[in-house]
Amino acid sequence: MIAPASGIGDMNPVIELDGVTRVYGTGTAAVSALQGIDLRIDHGDFVAVMGPSGSGKSTCMNILGCLDTPSSGTYRFKGVEVGKLSRDQRALLRRHYLGFVFQGFNLLNRTSALENVELPLIYRGTPATERREMARKALAAVGLNGWETHTPAELSGGQQQRVAIARAIVASPEVLFADEPTGNLDSARSREIMELMTVFNRDLGITIVMVTHDAVMAAYARRIVRFMDGIIDKEEKNGGAE
Amino acid sequence: MFLETIFIAMREIRRNVMRSSLTILGIVIGVAAVITMVTVGDGATRQVASEISSLGSNMLDVRPGQSFRGPGGTRSGAPMFKIADAEAIERDIGGLAGVAPITGKSVQAIYGNENWSTNITGSTNSFLQVRNWALSGGRQFTDGELRSGAAVCIIGATIRKQLFGEQDPVGRTIRLEKISCQVIGELKSKGQSGFGTDQDDFVLMPLRTVQRRIVGKNDIFSISVSAKDGISTERVKEDIERLLRERRHLGKKEDDDFNVRDMQEIVKTLTGTTRLLTGLLGAVAAVSLLVGGIGIMNIMLVSVTERTREIGIRLAIGAMEKQVLMQFLIEAVVLSCFGGIIGIILGIAAAAAGASALKVPLILNIGIIIIAFVFSAAVGVVFGFFPARKAALLDPIEALRHE
Repeated sequence: MIAPASGIGDMNPVIELDGVTRVYGTGTAAVSALQGIDLRIDHGDFVAVMGPSGSGKSTCMNILGCLDTPSSGTYRFKGVEVGKLSRDQRALLRRHYLGFVFQGFNLLNRTSALENVELPLIYRGTPATERREMARKALAAVGLNGWETHTPAELSGGQQQRVAIARAIVASPEVLFADEPTGNLDSARSREIMELMTVFNRDLGITIVMVTHDAVMAAYARRIVRFMDGIIDKEEKNGGAE
Repeated sequence: MFLETIFIAMREIRRNVMRSSLTILGIVIGVAAVITMVTVGDGATRQVASEISSLGSNMLDVRPGQSFRGPGGTRSGAPMFKIADAEAIERDIGGLAGVAPITGKSVQAIYGNENWSTNITGSTNSFLQVRNWALSGGRQFTDGELRSGAAVCIIGATIRKQLFGEQDPVGRTIRLEKISCQVIGELKSKGQSGFGTDQDDFVLMPLRTVQRRIVGKNDIFSISVSAKDGISTERVKEDIERLLRERRHLGKKEDDDFNVRDMQEIVKTLTGTTRLLTGLLGAVAAVSLLVGGIGIMNIMLVSVTERTREIGIRLAIGAMEKQVLMQFLIEAVVLSCFGGIIGIILGIAAAAAGASALKVPLILNIGIIIIAFVFSAAVGVVFGFFPARKAALLDPIEALRHE
């Protein structure tokens, strides 16, 4: 394994959930999406999150991605309790430690692939020339040499998702969150994406948490966490399909 | 980071040139309108002031009758002045540069086959001094001519052109009413007055000649007085009023049956009026600037809604609230500043066109240009803030889900 992206004790869990709940609404209209989740994810792990719609896996991903906070229970990211951070502090945490890949790609329209990949670096305050160089390398790493100036509209779905992955890993995040990254792609394209993720997990030591419906995709992960009705139903080790 | 935010904002504007230019249209029109109105208004004010001062800026006009009723206004049966009144003013009041008793009549002037309807003004050489007239040829009246009421005249530039064309008028004889009159001098042209009348259309003759041989009365219509430089025209006006009340035996409770018009007062009144009009037009234009600001807010709100997903992406990637706020605020301010700059250029162009069409001088007021620019930037801040705040406070999860 190559040196990890960031190095506070590899043995400590990056992600620790203790009795995390998430309730939407108040009073009689309250809906409990998470009903007490305990989860540990170690540095360098590759976790697939599975479960039917409404099982709470998306809610859990939002909390893990520091986009949302638990209603009760604690979430520690690298030992820091996320629930106690302000909106802006969580933004900084995302900026420096997290990368996101979405089902719908979520690239900026009318913006070149290179500029899309540069985006997280702009918020990090990376100087322009360095930024461009890093973005170029990230695009090369996802196999998009020569597509730098193309806008999302000029790219295929698979290429768009690869740009999104390049954007997610360009700043060498600690954890990459992928929400059904292959949901909009055909099986050949899906396999390419999964192979890329596997490479980043194995070679760059990026911890990956991926939501998927597809057992074939889940098979790329080292571990599968199954959600059901707001709780973790089952956790299983994977042989790894590498 | 601030520079980066400006950079992001500029890129967003470039990405949507059409919408950006429509957005700033309101500001462009507002700023251009303010600058055009104020610049043309300033030019008009300056024009009026300089035309009136060409009449003689420290001049006072004394007329019988209660107050000024405009040219040709009735004079309410008040007794006319006599030459003695003018002499008394000259003798008793200090600080005067000249006193010119004036009488007149409208007549036909004839030379050869040429015929021109004009006015005769009867006065003394003081008239030239008080009214700021210079001769372009010939000479003034001699004392002998003034005393004896000789048939001599000095003609204005309009008469000269109408009767003589390119010929030299000095020494020739024209007919005015029944008398033949030798032209001894010609006046330099002053052009149109601020009231739109031709100042050059008159014939100047000795007062006595006009009284005896043309009007047939010893009355004088008015007395023009000019104060020496540095002497307050207000003080002179008060002195004349006191003197004339005495001479006309007016009791304490009687109103003046004459009036003294101070040209500087008229300059002030007229420039005050044009200033007020300028201000009003400027205010109307400023309202359109405000409307332009609302236009910016409208488009920015639409833009925030339309770009909700983009905002979600930025927030998820690690943009802080204030960075998203700054991005949209800077976008609004950059747009409104662009609008301001284009508006200033258009405004100056329109003002130049307007000034030349209305024949007033083009006076660029740097102050108003700066104010218009700062105001347009402020419009961007004020009207950009609400949409920017709306963007910054979006929930990233909701924003990412937005279609």
